[in-house]
Amino acid sequence: MARRATQRPEPRTRNRTVITPEGVALPFVLATRGARAAALLIDLALIGAAMVATTLTLLWIAGGVTGADLEGGSAKAHALQALVVIWIIAMFLFRNAWFLFFELGPRGATPGKRITGIRVAARGTERLTTEAVIARNIVRDIELFMPAVFIGGAISAGSDTDAAGWAGAIWFAIFVAFPFLNRDALRCGDVIAGTWVVEVPRRKLGQALSVSAPLAAADQAYTFTPAELAVYGEYELQTLERVLRDGRGPALDDVADAISRKIGRPYPDGAERVFLESYYLQLRAQLEQGLRMGRRKADKHAA
Amino acid sequence: MSEPASSILGRFSGWFSPAASAEIAAAEDAALRSDRFRLERESDWKRLEAIVTRIERGRLRGVSDDDLLALPALYRTAVSSLAVARETSLDAETLTWLEVLTRRAWFIIYGPRAGLGDWLLRFFGGGWSASVRALGSDILIALALMVAGTVAGWLLVASDPDWYYALIPSGMADARVPGASRAVLMGTLFGQQSQSGLGMFAAALFSNNAQVAILAFALGFAFGLPSALLLIHNTTMLGALLWLYHGQGLTIEIIGWLAVHGTTELYAILLAGAAGLHIGRAMAFPGELAVLDAAAAAGRRTAQVMVGVVLMLILAGLLEGFARQLIDNTAGRLIVGAFMLVLWTGYFFVWRGDEGKAA
Repeated sequence: MARRATQRPEPRTRNRTVITPEGVALPFVLATRGARAAALLIDLALIGAAMVATTLTLLWIAGGVTGADLEGGSAKAHALQALVVIWIIAMFLFRNAWFLFFELGPRGATPGKRITGIRVAARGTERLTTEAVIARNIVRDIELFMPAVFIGGAISAGSDTDAAGWAGAIWFAIFVAFPFLNRDALRCGDVIAGTWVVEVPRRKLGQALSVSAPLAAADQAYTFTPAELAVYGEYELQTLERVLRDGRGPALDDVADAISRKIGRPYPDGAERVFLESYYLQLRAQLEQGLRMGRRKADKHAA
Repeated sequence: MSEPASSILGRFSGWFSPAASAEIAAAEDAALRSDRFRLERESDWKRLEAIVTRIERGRLRGVSDDDLLALPALYRTAVSSLAVARETSLDAETLTWLEVLTRRAWFIIYGPRAGLGDWLLRFFGGGWSASVRALGSDILIALALMVAGTVAGWLLVASDPDWYYALIPSGMADARVPGASRAVLMGTLFGQQSQSGLGMFAAALFSNNAQVAILAFALGFAFGLPSALLLIHNTTMLGALLWLYHGQGLTIEIIGWLAVHGTTELYAILLAGAAGLHIGRAMAFPGELAVLDAAAAAGRRTAQVMVGVVLMLILAGLLEGFARQLIDNTAGRLIVGAFMLVLWTGYFFVWRGDEGKAA
């Protein structure tokens, strides 16, 4: 039952299980706090770059409108005012809509999250809703940008920037500490929205071993007795599967030697692959037969 | 109910079609029952993977209608395959791959249902007003706080005019200080229609107001207290301003000056504060739910309200920047303000949108 045990949500690990509406348990791995911080930094850098690029473009356009001041009523002044309006709106959108736009997409991830291989998902069995994404990103605004507002406000009011700086630092520290104070690494926005951030590994499907190894199946070069197969369990079977799929020579030799010693059955030099493949297929056939009868053998120590 | 039956039929007839024969040949080659299980279903899984990959890349248009229609069925096939494989197969590779595939498909099948466009349609067609009504008594609490704040501001300044300087930020006060003459105060209310740069002014106002409203909402999750404080603080300024103009007999004029955009803006701040209180109350008194679940439910409910609040503030910024400067008489300003007030109240609390028809 080892596999079952690892699927249960354990507070100490990052593994979580979500039951789909179809009633099947899907394992999830929570994103590390480091990956999330990296994703955030990448996003902030991209947002900053986009803001600078927009500002420079607008300035470049404004450079063409010479000889007008902002307060005037001439056509040129109106053009300049329109540029300022566009700039204010663009800055607002970059700040508030960047995360929203990307997280509502099918990948549920901003560019930074895509690069670090994580995405937003709903906690529990519910679907991720548009409202949830909006809520988590509205709260991001105060978590992240409030200290800047404090300090900016203090500078513009001409008051003590030290006090504002400290207030900002404490504020920031509270929200940075928040993900460390709960076991699901939720930040405040995740709490409000009912979301969490999980890893999204992608992988290719390898060949089925009993098809990719027709030689061993056809030749029946080795036939093992049930007693010889009963030495190992599921854990060893899956280790053997990894070795076979990796297919590195020295590892194959070592594993073949170990098995041959354990079951007391020699094999000719250079035939370790055939030996291992026949052993793998027959062991798997035996264990799967047990499975169908409701008997699982977790590893070699299990009865 | 006929769908599974027909798919079984399809599988049977598929066994005898030439397209499937290569698959079956491969499956017969496989020595293991669990590998045969896998090979028989692999083409379905691969098709699902191809569709999911295309959708993930954002190429929804590149997915054919057939594929889109098949997606839910393919997903359920993969889920049930996973459930069966877990009990019958010891092929770790297939199991992990199926888990990953199912998870990716799950994200798409149970992901945000509507794109931004569809969502906005539903939002304006009743979703927004329904979420506002769902705030219920929190709106009344926020309203009471705002009234209390205004009254407190008035009384404080009335008892000691020095309070005025404490309440109103120095940048805003300039000419509007206690002891200013009636003419000066009149000048701040009227005669600014020649001013240019209104668009710029409006955009800056909106950006600022939106941040205040977002703050009022987001602070709700410290049990709503900061939201309440922010509501009171902002309205004491209002009270102090009202007192100042009242002293020179300009009460109606200042109300008109404020009402143009104020009915929209204060309404928006009211809703934002109410949303903050809603979350705060949900966390302080979660009832039967766990605190986290209660907060999440309240957060989702109020997020819609907040999107609406930002939109209202855009409108308020435009009214403040343009309408207030362009309409230079109190009657006109009062009419615009009252119209907006009636419009919002009607939209939120009287009009029920598509909700009634759908139910």
